[in-house]
Amino acid sequence: MSRDEMSSLQGKRLHKLVELVYHNVPFYRNKMQAMDVYPDDIRTIEDIVKLPFTTKQDLRDNYPYGLQAASQSEIVRVHASSGTTGNPTIVSYTRKDLSVWSEVMARSLAAYGITRKDTFSVSYGYGLFTGGLGAHYGVENLGATVIPASTGNTEKHLRLIRDLHITGIACTPSYALYLAETMDKMGLTKEDIDLRVGAFGAEPWTENMRREIEERLGIKGYNLYGLSEIMGPGVSYECQEQHGSHVNEDHFYPEIINPDTLELLPNGRQGELVFTTLTKEGMPLLRYRTRDLCSLMEGKCACGRTNVRMGRIMGRSDDMLIIRGINVFPSQVESVILEMPEFEPHYMLVVNRVNNLDTLQVQVEVRQDYFSDDIGRMLAMKKMLTDKLKSVLSISADVKLMEPNSIARSQGKGKHVTDNRKLN
Amino acid sequence: MTIKQLSVFLENKAGRINEVTKILARNGINMHAFSMAETTDFGILRLIVSDACRAVEVLREASFAVMLTDVVCLNCSNVAGSLSAIMEKLAAHDIFIEYMYAFAQGNEAHVIIRPNDLPRCMEILRHESCDVLGGECF
Repeated sequence: MSRDEMSSLQGKRLHKLVELVYHNVPFYRNKMQAMDVYPDDIRTIEDIVKLPFTTKQDLRDNYPYGLQAASQSEIVRVHASSGTTGNPTIVSYTRKDLSVWSEVMARSLAAYGITRKDTFSVSYGYGLFTGGLGAHYGVENLGATVIPASTGNTEKHLRLIRDLHITGIACTPSYALYLAETMDKMGLTKEDIDLRVGAFGAEPWTENMRREIEERLGIKGYNLYGLSEIMGPGVSYECQEQHGSHVNEDHFYPEIINPDTLELLPNGRQGELVFTTLTKEGMPLLRYRTRDLCSLMEGKCACGRTNVRMGRIMGRSDDMLIIRGINVFPSQVESVILEMPEFEPHYMLVVNRVNNLDTLQVQVEVRQDYFSDDIGRMLAMKKMLTDKLKSVLSISADVKLMEPNSIARSQGKGKHVTDNRKLN
Repeated sequence: MTIKQLSVFLENKAGRINEVTKILARNGINMHAFSMAETTDFGILRLIVSDACRAVEVLREASFAVMLTDVVCLNCSNVAGSLSAIMEKLAAHDIFIEYMYAFAQGNEAHVIIRPNDLPRCMEILRHESCDVLGGECF
């Protein structure tokens, strides 16, 4: 498809989308009326800059179904992503949405060189998280054999990889490294298995990690980008050139903005990635701010594809951390600590990568009046915080009790995170 | 009579005990006995000092989490079996010892005991005519 044809298709789809949300989603109608913008003002894809942005906070404020454009009888599936304080983010899909999703996911797999002759293991978590089911239906749509391995029981999984001659796997890059370690322990070598393709996403990773995974598993590792608010995995994918991730831009229109001024930036410049769901029916979003920092590349790729490519994600424009594939906001930790009088309202999150697995330590100061000479009581205090954090964050954190005044106080916006993972 | 033991919360980090002893030294507070209880990430330093009330003051000023705990200071003769005889009496009355530490010098030994039931423990020791040290500040 030529660039002109793509732009024209995007323009038509955007117009239809704006009609849909204007008439069906009061949140967008109110926003557009306040900006004096109406569906007929949106004719070409360039008109997109007239439209309002959507943030994760908007999703939370409209929990659970406030941004839904389709009636409940049209919704066939709901996913949820980890909430920060309070409401999780709910995303609903119509039957057509699921069909688009399995289409874009199948495109990604095809770009990695997967065909219907392959046996493909999906090792993202199945459940509310979009990773498992999203990749699953893509593999089925392509016609390959899907092994819904999900996560956990790594030794059994490796036996299946060997015995079922599994050739492709979708998982987090850190899980791929964990697989390699478990292989070593089991005495398996890369010659014993037939894996040749890995689709890695759901957490940031580096070229060094790619080299290590490719070397240790004897495969080619490709980026698979997605986010539940927009769809799930399959928003963009690397081709065999491994040079930027091709965006499925006929469905998800990407922009790069300056996160401070919200101005559109030209291609090539780094800024915050924004997506508009051009064809979604269930919960379509206009100009959703992903908070991911990257740049867009235009021009024909050596593979022949002409769709725009995303560079590697270079960071976040907010303070969100991705730990073992789970989104963690410092504010979640703060809300838990503020509820417990035993601790000072000062804390520090320390993130490390130990043996390729992310670890999170939460340092908190014990309040003078809650200090006890009884070690049992101190340990109970620590356990109570550990348990509360686990239920709010969905991942375990190691709580470290600190002396009063030992965590640095900063002026203004506190620095609450020390991320020791080397990602760049 | 019980005595006041000073408890100090410490992170497991090199130099923290040194920091406490320096502050006490600077303020002319003498340490008679101490013990260190530790877990994987923090410790509690328990001390018997010459002026517990003043020690609390100066350590709090330096941002340490500190507290005073009532403990028993038992004096017994420094010979085999003397502590055992007393422990037997306490056990017979179901007194559970949360922690204890001791120092011996010459003919005398001092044992610091933190029992689960302090008043009852004191009562038993009195009844057995044990030599117990007293004093708000040592």
